[in-house]
Amino acid sequence: MTEAPDLAKDGIAKNDIAIDVHGLTKKFGARTVVRDLSMQVRRGSIYGFLGPNGSGKTTTIRMLCGLLTPDAGEGTCLGFNIRTQADKIKRRVGYMTQRFSLYQDLSVRENLEFVARIYGLPDPANAARDMISRIGLSGREAQLAGELSGGWKQRLALGACTLPSPQLLLLDEPTAGVDPKARREFWNEIHALAADGLTVLVSTHYMDEAERCHEIAYIAYGELLVHGTVDEVIASAHLVTYTVSASNGEGLAKIADELNGRPGIDMVAPFGSSLHVGGRDASALEAALQSFRDRPGLAIEPAKPTLEDVFIDLMTRARDNFQ
Amino acid sequence: MSRMLPMAKDPPRDRGSFWHRTWAMLVKEFIQLRRDRVSFAMIVMLPLMQLLLFGYAINTTPRDLPTAVLLQENSDLGRSILAALRNTQYFKITHQVTSEAEFDKVLASGQVLFAIEIPAGFERAVRRGERPALLVAADATDPVAAGSAMGALGQIVQSALAHDYGLPEAAAPLFEFRAHARYNPAGATYLNIVPGLVGTILTMTMLIFTALSVTREIERGTMESLLAMPITPVEIMLGKIVPYVLVGFVQAALIIGIGVLLFGVPVIGSLGLLALLSTLFITANLAIGYTFSTIAQNQLQAMQMSMMFFLPNILLSGFMFPFAGMPVWAQWIGEALPLTHYLRIVRAIMLKGATLPDLTYDSLALVGLTLVAMTIAVSRFRRTLD
Repeated sequence: MTEAPDLAKDGIAKNDIAIDVHGLTKKFGARTVVRDLSMQVRRGSIYGFLGPNGSGKTTTIRMLCGLLTPDAGEGTCLGFNIRTQADKIKRRVGYMTQRFSLYQDLSVRENLEFVARIYGLPDPANAARDMISRIGLSGREAQLAGELSGGWKQRLALGACTLPSPQLLLLDEPTAGVDPKARREFWNEIHALAADGLTVLVSTHYMDEAERCHEIAYIAYGELLVHGTVDEVIASAHLVTYTVSASNGEGLAKIADELNGRPGIDMVAPFGSSLHVGGRDASALEAALQSFRDRPGLAIEPAKPTLEDVFIDLMTRARDNFQ
Repeated sequence: MSRMLPMAKDPPRDRGSFWHRTWAMLVKEFIQLRRDRVSFAMIVMLPLMQLLLFGYAINTTPRDLPTAVLLQENSDLGRSILAALRNTQYFKITHQVTSEAEFDKVLASGQVLFAIEIPAGFERAVRRGERPALLVAADATDPVAAGSAMGALGQIVQSALAHDYGLPEAAAPLFEFRAHARYNPAGATYLNIVPGLVGTILTMTMLIFTALSVTREIERGTMESLLAMPITPVEIMLGKIVPYVLVGFVQAALIIGIGVLLFGVPVIGSLGLLALLSTLFITANLAIGYTFSTIAQNQLQAMQMSMMFFLPNILLSGFMFPFAGMPVWAQWIGEALPLTHYLRIVRAIMLKGATLPDLTYDSLALVGLTLVAMTIAVSRFRRTLD
């Protein structure tokens, strides 16, 4: 589950792989931020990168595009060595930073023209104009980037990093702080770009976004814990879950406290008026829940584990391993 | 949960709270100050620098001023006069020139501040009691530097000679000094100050323009994007410096224009040469500011570095106090500052009509300083976020 997929076994030709890295490790001082990370991303796929805050997602993305030098590990990005060919990678990769990193005091059009000139596009003014209409910012081209709302900023940032027609997009939490409608439009755009053959690596905290990826990877404490399609990841967790709901809707917090830490129960998470309770050992979980079944007003029903259940379980286990 | 929060009540407003809040702010400021190493260093460095520079380096009655001598005759009296000049400690004979042309050239190029000519037949004329004239030409572009030495000439040298020759001091002078304050005969200080201001103002503004340029990108978060793009450190540096060369050029034209129109400062030399070398000086300062920008962690640090650089520029360049009067170590620091060289250039062109051959050394020094700064900047520029 945690080892890298064997390329030969999967029968993928080398040039079908956009990102292929092995054993990436990055330390900041004594702190290891990314530990022995290996991953492969197919060309043309949307690869979701999930994990809690500070798990090393941004650091990994920065190593992929040459912004950080790995302390250990090797690999290629679009066929170029991430250690020695950063210049070639930079020409072919669009990187959308977590924090808005275009010039706040330049207008929409000026920002795009700047990017177009740096990448040496033949007609920067025209390229910028086309991109403005593509991202739906027509009428706002003279507005300063700093004055745009969060959703518009995010569109502009996406426009700027797709302007030089990259082969790979690295998107670092692109939809943080963006409203649901703008998020949905953003994802439609990502799918359209991927359909054109662009590879997209996107980090996110949102489960619904993870489910829109072709493949996902979960990283915690700098280690890649699991990867695959959403269904594969859920299945590989071997998690059995139940929903525990109280008819009067009260006392759930107390019940959660009681459930937590019992042998067989690996995960308890409140969801609205019910609790998700999960465990990897079905019989142990069943036994743990047995004493609760007789309580009046409490309904315990089997449920299909969600991606979030799996991730919360993974996070709990990763923390246990590291402490 | 709402039980835990006391609601719908006025917050307590006792008398102590003013002090508590002030105290909270004060503690926070101290913590931040302690974390900010550069500010902390500046608290110590700035007064230390000022004290050392003012205390040791600056001397408004300068001594050991570089002096050239043209000996038209080889006589005992001539040698005695030179010895007497040395003994005043105001003059340091650095050049022995052999012709009138050379005499003029060393003055014009700023290699010496004084040039003294002992004419042919001088000793004989003295012995005959003809009271011949001894020509002393001074570079009066800096009236402060020239003034006290000129004042010392007549009396001290005469009495020293009188002593050597065993004559009573009250006796009539054996010869007369014909002092000639060149380039600024009236000793007007504004003639010295206005060209100097061109350099000082440019130093200040140019430094600040570029000192913030890289740190601003880092602080605003735009550096991350920029580094992910295919652009090299040299390209970033040139792209950031060149626009301000133009800005600096406009500024220089403005100051010189005002100097000429309002203060009547002459521009005796070539305007084209002045423009060319001013551009060089502007570039040097922009490059140094940019270097600070690549070293500083944030904009505040970049500003502080600029200030720390600006201070010796004002004090050690010869702008405020005579360069020749400073001790050798201070002169070496001065030589490393672009303003020192530009002041010589701008004063020489505007007031003396100097040409490029006169200014070769200072022009090359500016080129050298620019290249050193740019090399440091490019090597300091981090291409990654490591």
